[in-house]
Amino acid sequence: MEASTNGMAQTGGRSAVIAKGLRKAYGDNVVLDDVHLNISEGEVFALLGPNGAGKTTTVKILSTLIPADAGTASVMGHDLRAEAGAVRAVIGVTGQFSAVDNLLTGEENLLLMGRLLHVPAAERCRRAARLLERFDLVEAARRTPVTYSGGMRRRLDIAMTLMGRPRLIFLDEPTTGLDPRSRHTMWQLIRDLVAEGVTILLTTQYLEEADQLADRIAVLDHGHVVAEGTPEELKRRVPGAHILLRFADPAALDAAARALREGTRDDDELLLRVPNEAGIRSLRGVLARLGDDIAVEDLSIHTPDLDDVFFALTGAGTATLVKEQTR
Amino acid sequence: MIALATAVQDSTTMIGRELKHTVRFPLMLVASILVPVVLLLLFVYILGGPIGNGLGEAARGAPYVDYLVPGILMMTIAAGSGNIAIGVCTDMREGIIDRFRTMAISRGALLTGHVAGGVIRALVTTAVVTGVALLVGFRPQAGVLDWLVVAGIVAAFALALAWLSVALGLVTKSIAGANGSTLPIQFLLPFLSSAFVPADSMPSGIRWFTAHQPFTPVVESLRALLTGAPVGNNVYLALGWCAAIALVSYLWARAAFRRGAR
Repeated sequence: MEASTNGMAQTGGRSAVIAKGLRKAYGDNVVLDDVHLNISEGEVFALLGPNGAGKTTTVKILSTLIPADAGTASVMGHDLRAEAGAVRAVIGVTGQFSAVDNLLTGEENLLLMGRLLHVPAAERCRRAARLLERFDLVEAARRTPVTYSGGMRRRLDIAMTLMGRPRLIFLDEPTTGLDPRSRHTMWQLIRDLVAEGVTILLTTQYLEEADQLADRIAVLDHGHVVAEGTPEELKRRVPGAHILLRFADPAALDAAARALREGTRDDDELLLRVPNEAGIRSLRGVLARLGDDIAVEDLSIHTPDLDDVFFALTGAGTATLVKEQTR
Repeated sequence: MIALATAVQDSTTMIGRELKHTVRFPLMLVASILVPVVLLLLFVYILGGPIGNGLGEAARGAPYVDYLVPGILMMTIAAGSGNIAIGVCTDMREGIIDRFRTMAISRGALLTGHVAGGVIRALVTTAVVTGVALLVGFRPQAGVLDWLVVAGIVAAFALALAWLSVALGLVTKSIAGANGSTLPIQFLLPFLSSAFVPADSMPSGIRWFTAHQPFTPVVESLRALLTGAPVGNNVYLALGWCAAIALVSYLWARAAFRRGAR
């Protein structure tokens, strides 16, 4: 496996997951409605959405746990329905609720996975030992998970998933309920996996997590994909991107405000805030209009964070507004 | 062939897991020995006197303990039901089942593990209870062949009840429900069989039920084999019942397990 931390570079490569028109309903409650996904090999793809958006249902369908009512999907080139066994052989799943055996020790849990994956005995022990070390569980190896902290349980959970060397890993809300430190440890573990060439489908309700880890994000709301793109693309879809210029003296601010009439000035802080909806292109224009004579002490570019995107896309009231502006 | 080899390998792994659970959490096993042992002592030393005297013809002059012990052995097997149902229900309630279902392992291996684990536990507990019975005066008249048939019936009965308990563990929603659903197996059916007193001595409505329910031929054949009495067709009847219960429960469990993934 070649090392690559940049999943974007592989977009257009082979697809890890292709889902078309997935639909799932429980009685009258439609959980997923016409969901399309295309995840490239080697990328981290995040499904972002509030509770009840359909994230876990999507993972359950794609990991062969439950059948979809309609639609087709292939995982690593295998059809989900016709070749469920082949799909299971190349995926690893770490669910929302820790899937460890509470009566076995940490090490026994790993060895159990190894046996079920038909890994030969010697290799089984080697892998278990390596994973215990890598996930900082050596001291806890001979204790049962009942004595573990939340972060340790998640680490054991992922270590169990890795006993099989999966090529696609589903991580369903891997950091929900973890303290900030454990969350950062988990993020680093996920980055390391990506560096090894593993494809990851991550679900999360944390925007920061998607922003930190994902190459591409699909925002899921009420069973629909309401937006999809890189974190940057998504941020550009909501208004609020601007350039902030700071000046050394009021004279420079005056001159700049005359040149950039669309700006809003803050005389106390000597700031000028200029809308910058078109990214680099409009930044060039702003700088050109400022010319060489106006001394800018500091310049910063502000894009809306994913929080803005999230609320804009999933909030019923503002969603239409956003769509109009981005078209 | 490969599929079969995989199924055997995965089932062996799951049986190992189940036995490890038993060793790690032996309280359930101890309970399924203690309950029949307490009943044994209760009936031998406290209640058994008048019951034994009232047996008359059925006891054929032997002490009550010889009449009682086959019933206690059957009850020992039945006492394992709760253990199995709780184990299955726990697996289904926790995240581990989703992990197993998303792995390329033989579908039935998990249930096979629970069933085989239950049968092995039943053989161990009945052996222990037999030992206690010998200590309190049980004097079996069985030859080697008789003992082998006894072991066969114990295993067959344990297998049938194990599949039934697995099915109950799959369809119940909580641990308490799983345990509760096996109480008729653990207590009601043994008491309404000829385990403690002959069916003839019971009120007429119950007598019919007792005479025709599956636990009675099981206990009757164990008793005949252990006391050297004529067996009649009870062994066939017992094994037939065991096969029927095992088959129906297996199909029920399989359907319930598949239905679990929705």
